[in-house]
Amino acid sequence: MNVIRFIVENRSQVLELTGEHLWLVGWSTLFAMVLGVPLGILIAHRTRLDKLVLGSANVIQTIPSLALFGFLLPLPWLGARADRLSILALTLYALLPIIRNTYTGIRGVEASVLEAGRGMGLTESQLLLQVELPLAASVILSGVRIAVVISVGLATIAAAVGAGGLGEFIFRGLAMVDNRVILAGAIPAAVLALLADFGMGWIERWLKPR
Amino acid sequence: MIEFRNVSYHVNGVAVLKGINLRVLLGETLVLLGRSGSGKTTTLKLVNRLLIPSSGEVLVHGTPNQTIDVIRLRRGIGYVIQDVGLFPHFTVQRNIGLIPKIEGWPEERIRARVDELLQMVGFDPGMASRYPHQLSGGQRQRVGVARALAADPEILLMDEPFGALDPLTRDELQREFLILQQRMQRTVVFVTHDLREALRLGTRIALMEAGELVTVLTPQEFLKSSDRWASAYVRAFGEGLESAANRGTS
Repeated sequence: MNVIRFIVENRSQVLELTGEHLWLVGWSTLFAMVLGVPLGILIAHRTRLDKLVLGSANVIQTIPSLALFGFLLPLPWLGARADRLSILALTLYALLPIIRNTYTGIRGVEASVLEAGRGMGLTESQLLLQVELPLAASVILSGVRIAVVISVGLATIAAAVGAGGLGEFIFRGLAMVDNRVILAGAIPAAVLALLADFGMGWIERWLKPR
Repeated sequence: MIEFRNVSYHVNGVAVLKGINLRVLLGETLVLLGRSGSGKTTTLKLVNRLLIPSSGEVLVHGTPNQTIDVIRLRRGIGYVIQDVGLFPHFTVQRNIGLIPKIEGWPEERIRARVDELLQMVGFDPGMASRYPHQLSGGQRQRVGVARALAADPEILLMDEPFGALDPLTRDELQREFLILQQRMQRTVVFVTHDLREALRLGTRIALMEAGELVTVLTPQEFLKSSDRWASAYVRAFGEGLESAANRGTS
């Protein structure tokens, strides 16, 4: 097939763009976890804040992705480098599933388990680290999994602001009206998403409390 | 051992407990008896500071419990609840050994203690590596009691611990509790709404109604009491109570 031949002939570039793609997805997922998991824990404990935080993360999710990349462009430090900007945009999109699943996972721990833990003299941090987080781990991870799959797709937009990634092929193919080039970006992106989904699903099952 | 001094507890301006004065003596099993919403569980939770009184104070070992570090206070008080609340991701062994481990006991001492406790509560130590979901209700509560006793607390708080069990298992656990308590002589506060259980297990019974402490009586006194609420209880439960008060099994 033409597409396959095109990919094979341009394999070094496909690999390079895949690497860039993973760079964007990897950093943004990491930042979203560093930000989202503590926020999820916070709102699970201080439920007054839950509507505000989940609502805000929801609003971010509704901004069309191309527009969000555009909005961030004029910002001083960020706008100077396309990859920074793209990582921020992807981080913002990844926040909602991570915050929401952390919140749901921690709220899902049975009240009697928490009461017994408190009653026997666990400190709040022991309760969090020994009980709440282990019991919520598989739910939190499934949030991360959703975030990664979304990010792999969204990161193709990053090429529009010059951050590279597999979107390069897609935008170039659109400009050239050449399906082979579009697919050379789209197929590896889809494969990446599937692999990420499969891999994270495997870790999730492994973490699931019995 | 434990003393309530004019303790009241309000939630949103509504009085849940009104002026409770009560003394729990060293080594006795004091049963808090009352119907749902009478304030028994609230009273219990004031001891280990899961709740803080709106006024008055609770003394533990003669010291107002508000002045004791809350973590130290709780580690010295075993706590058993109806829903058990075992950690579902820990084995039986880890559930029981958690506090000793946090307290820094050596691994061997923890293992020996877990075995000893499991034998005490009639749980096959060969099953110590099982997870809570692999156990029956009675086995779970046995583990719950063993966990509460792990760090050898002088006080044990039990909130309807046998309330969710079938009658035969409940009878078994009550009997084992009596034997255990005879051996250990811990100070126990035991919440129940079951008069039969109260008569069988209690050294004294504190009867609660609508947030007030009505009276404190021994099981024998309780049966003969002319108190309005106490006699209402006796009537509601009917016959066979004498033998329960004599620690029988009928």
